[in-house]
Amino acid sequence: MNLDEYSGIWVFLEVKDGQIAPVSLELLGAGRQMADKRGVPLAGLLIGEGVAPLAESVFPYGADEVYLYDEEIFRDYRTESYMRAVLECVEKHKPEIILYGATSTGKDLASAVATDLQTGLTADTTMLDVNAETGLLEASRPAFGGNIMATILCKKHRPQMATVRPKVMKALPPDPNRTGHIIREKIDLREEDIRTKVLEIVRETKEKVRLDEADVIVAGGKGLGSKEGFELIHRFAERIGATVGASRDAVEAGWIDHQHQVGQTGVTVTPKVYFAIGISGAIQHIVGMQNAGLIIAINKDPEAPIFQSSHYGIVGDAFEIVPMLMEAFQKMPDKEVQYGGKI
Amino acid sequence: MLHIVACIKQVPDTKIIKMNPKTNTMDRSSAPAILNPYDAHAVEEAVRLKQRYGGVVSVVTMGPPPAVKAIRKCVEIGADEGYLITDRAFAGADTLATSYALTKAIEKISEIKPVDLVICGKMTIDGDTGQVGPGIARRLDIPPLTNVNKVVEVNRKEGYVIVHRKLEDGYEVIRSTLPCLFSVEKEINEVPYSPLPNMLRAARYQPVIWAVNDLGEIDRTLLGLKGSPTIVAKVWPPEKPKGGERLEGTVQEQVSRLMEILQEKKGLFRVKEEQV
Amino acid sequence: MAEKFDVIVVGAGPAGTACAYTLAKAGANVLLMERGEYPGSKNVMGGVLYRKTMEDIIPEFYKEAPLERPIVEQRFMMLDKSSALTFSYKGLEWAQEPYNNFTVLRAKFDQWFADKAVKEGALLLNETVALECIVEDGKVVGIRTDRPDGDVYADVVVLADGVNSLLAKSLGFHKEFRPDEVALAVMEVLKLDRKIIEDRFSLEGDQGCTFEIFGDSTKGILGTAWLYTNKDSLNIGVGAMLSGLIKHKIKPYELLDYVKNHPMLRPYIQGSEQQEYLAHLIPEGGYKSMPKVVGNGVIVVGDAAQLVNAIHREGSNMAMASGVMAAETILQAREAGDFSEKMLDTYRVKLLDSFVGQDLKKYKDATHHFEKFPQYFEQYIPMMNRAASQMFTVDGTSKWEKQKKIWRDIGTPKEKWRMARDLMNAWRVMK
Repeated sequence: MNLDEYSGIWVFLEVKDGQIAPVSLELLGAGRQMADKRGVPLAGLLIGEGVAPLAESVFPYGADEVYLYDEEIFRDYRTESYMRAVLECVEKHKPEIILYGATSTGKDLASAVATDLQTGLTADTTMLDVNAETGLLEASRPAFGGNIMATILCKKHRPQMATVRPKVMKALPPDPNRTGHIIREKIDLREEDIRTKVLEIVRETKEKVRLDEADVIVAGGKGLGSKEGFELIHRFAERIGATVGASRDAVEAGWIDHQHQVGQTGVTVTPKVYFAIGISGAIQHIVGMQNAGLIIAINKDPEAPIFQSSHYGIVGDAFEIVPMLMEAFQKMPDKEVQYGGKI
Repeated sequence: MLHIVACIKQVPDTKIIKMNPKTNTMDRSSAPAILNPYDAHAVEEAVRLKQRYGGVVSVVTMGPPPAVKAIRKCVEIGADEGYLITDRAFAGADTLATSYALTKAIEKISEIKPVDLVICGKMTIDGDTGQVGPGIARRLDIPPLTNVNKVVEVNRKEGYVIVHRKLEDGYEVIRSTLPCLFSVEKEINEVPYSPLPNMLRAARYQPVIWAVNDLGEIDRTLLGLKGSPTIVAKVWPPEKPKGGERLEGTVQEQVSRLMEILQEKKGLFRVKEEQV
Repeated sequence: MAEKFDVIVVGAGPAGTACAYTLAKAGANVLLMERGEYPGSKNVMGGVLYRKTMEDIIPEFYKEAPLERPIVEQRFMMLDKSSALTFSYKGLEWAQEPYNNFTVLRAKFDQWFADKAVKEGALLLNETVALECIVEDGKVVGIRTDRPDGDVYADVVVLADGVNSLLAKSLGFHKEFRPDEVALAVMEVLKLDRKIIEDRFSLEGDQGCTFEIFGDSTKGILGTAWLYTNKDSLNIGVGAMLSGLIKHKIKPYELLDYVKNHPMLRPYIQGSEQQEYLAHLIPEGGYKSMPKVVGNGVIVVGDAAQLVNAIHREGSNMAMASGVMAAETILQAREAGDFSEKMLDTYRVKLLDSFVGQDLKKYKDATHHFEKFPQYFEQYIPMMNRAASQMFTVDGTSKWEKQKKIWRDIGTPKEKWRMARDLMNAWRVMK
């Protein structure tokens, strides 16, 4: 493999609800820095049906080019179809680096592509850098459940690939003066060649927990003692209009559903305010919330590691403190009030 | 009669593993080796499909000799056969080299009895990548279905499966030809307390053990460290935060002080009026 | 169809594993059942392992077993609030084969020992709880476990399920043990660099040392504290009669904290890091509390049979010896095809004839005596400390004068008589 043949940094542009997914814009931000360092173009790879209008929208966020595949066969994400597009594009245009969001689609696609290309793929990256001379991508990520950080290199294979955690990189503020050009690609792919078919897509109709988008999270852990004790978290969250989060211990104890789990094997959150109540602060949990704007910990144990990772801490009994907090919110002057509900 | 192969891994229990602060490496002796929790659900799902449709469940793992314990755990859950591929040539494998080795093992198992379905856990708790499953699927040239949280139907006769794949905000119902590969979410099932006969069978069970030479035509340059495009260049402990301010005083004082701090962010809170 | 084995052993501790090993080695089909994740995971011991009994089972076991340190010095401390009267024996004959005893860490040792039994052909089943004995026509024929389809059968069931044997109790072999029949022990494993350990305890190479500490370590309650050296950690613990803890309203971990901070002991654990915390009950009733140990199709061994000589801190060797004796009896019963209580009673006879029974008989009144009369710990130990201090302090007083002071310190003539009587009684229960 002649490494010099490979040039350019690509970002797989995921489409969500008819828009370019935020994580892709974040990756363009990171990609832009690296492209500048290497002196190579930054391109987006856009695959879908009826997505052509979106191609323009990424230039303000730093892309120089967009490779576009817009065909009916790409209407729903399927590994086999999308993978073919990526492989053909890579074969033709030989990028040195490809970044994907570490979403269910991104990880699925990247894993398949990496295997076919027999190249290296680093998962769930949280730090990215590129060496200007060697062109080596330094992709760093937590490993062993978050107990260590590791930097992964792919020295002899191209393209170097990485899936990147959403909400870790920063999208550039959009510059409306930036332009780029779109390269429309065609692919010879028939429906009969694809062995899977999406029969139905079901969006959760009920009030879905969007922990990853919440501004305020109230999270509870083992310290609450029981399912009944955990009710305190629900009441507090409801009172202040926050989303409920939980530590792995609380979920595994059956006090609350897995979709509320914050941490390495749960959701990574970046709220503006995060209350960690009765949570000891195991590293697996910390990696999931350490980027919150303001972290407040309440725990009976003064030695609990959570206090190391929070901005403010109260050592004490949550069952005493939280009710008083709830009352204090009630009395807060000029507070924003929840509307709705029956009269 | 379905032949289902589950790919499993023995991992250190990362929830309780400790770092050696002097050498910055994992003190593996501080955590017991367990069956990767996601794989336990994968094996349980395979066993359920076996109970539903009839068939055989084989498990396969690449690992050092102690991985035999993880295979026994799968027999406790209800697997019928277990295969351990162990060889120094596998050492240092990244996900690409791992999927190659496991693919070779599955191909060999298929010679004994054709494989209809491969099931894996979504990811391991030590590697955290989730890449090996789809890698195996690509190498076997079968469709990968990731993040499966429900199996609706497996129809061997007509050669298709229907499953639910979990999405960020819901799920999709997807149909695939057989054979294919699933990687499963924990929520797909609950692993029950194993019945005693399974426990006794597992305690006696000796898995089939293969070295590289037993796997037939194999390209050694694609195994282990040699076959790994990625390497770990550097390892370091995550930054230890310095810790924040402790709010002192009586509970009342602590709460007041906290409210002062939160005051400036009050726009974020939507306070529910207390019902009178 | 539920399976049938020749023997089911409930509990893979020293007693159970010794029994299973001996049986398997002789060709019997044995199921060794353990409720913990692995043998040793739920076991707690000081812990000193005695070479002799172990060697009788596995010759030269010390060449391969995971042992901590061979003990070359045994110290006995009579502790007062800020003083200690210590005597010790250190002998280098214990530093080489065949050794005398070793410190062990149970999680490591028990797994190795159980593995030896498995190598001889025993089937080890972990994470399985025996709920009750299956009894048919007045005979124990098997065990009901907590798992689905959880019944398993055998000609004989060996109950090696520890100090709180619910199985033995459910068969009516004993009633609930009284607080004056058990001690509650708590201990910590403290990590400490081996060079520091060897330096601090004057040990060369992998030699080890044990401290048994009486008196103030249990604040006068009958019991003892201990400090043992492992390879790169220390075991520090304290055990006290449950009745004493209740009476004096003290919690065991409070005693442990007191011991760890005691001025006489503190320096020894300086700079160590707490690694593990463990607690367990220890049988103290001795000979008089021994329950029924045989029935039709059932034998009781180890702690479950109260086989602990607290005076000499011997429990694990008695457990192993009883396990072996049970195995030998069962092998005889197999030959005769008779598993009745009458046949199995050979075990009880063997047990009482052996050092196990002999030692328990010797001290059958000791624990109770010291429990009933607190003055040994509360008064005599401090008195001895004061006497020593008096004798060895050079303060210008003549030695005759000092002797008189010591004599006076004992108290009034009545108290002197009481002390004499107490010493006589102590000699009586110990001999």
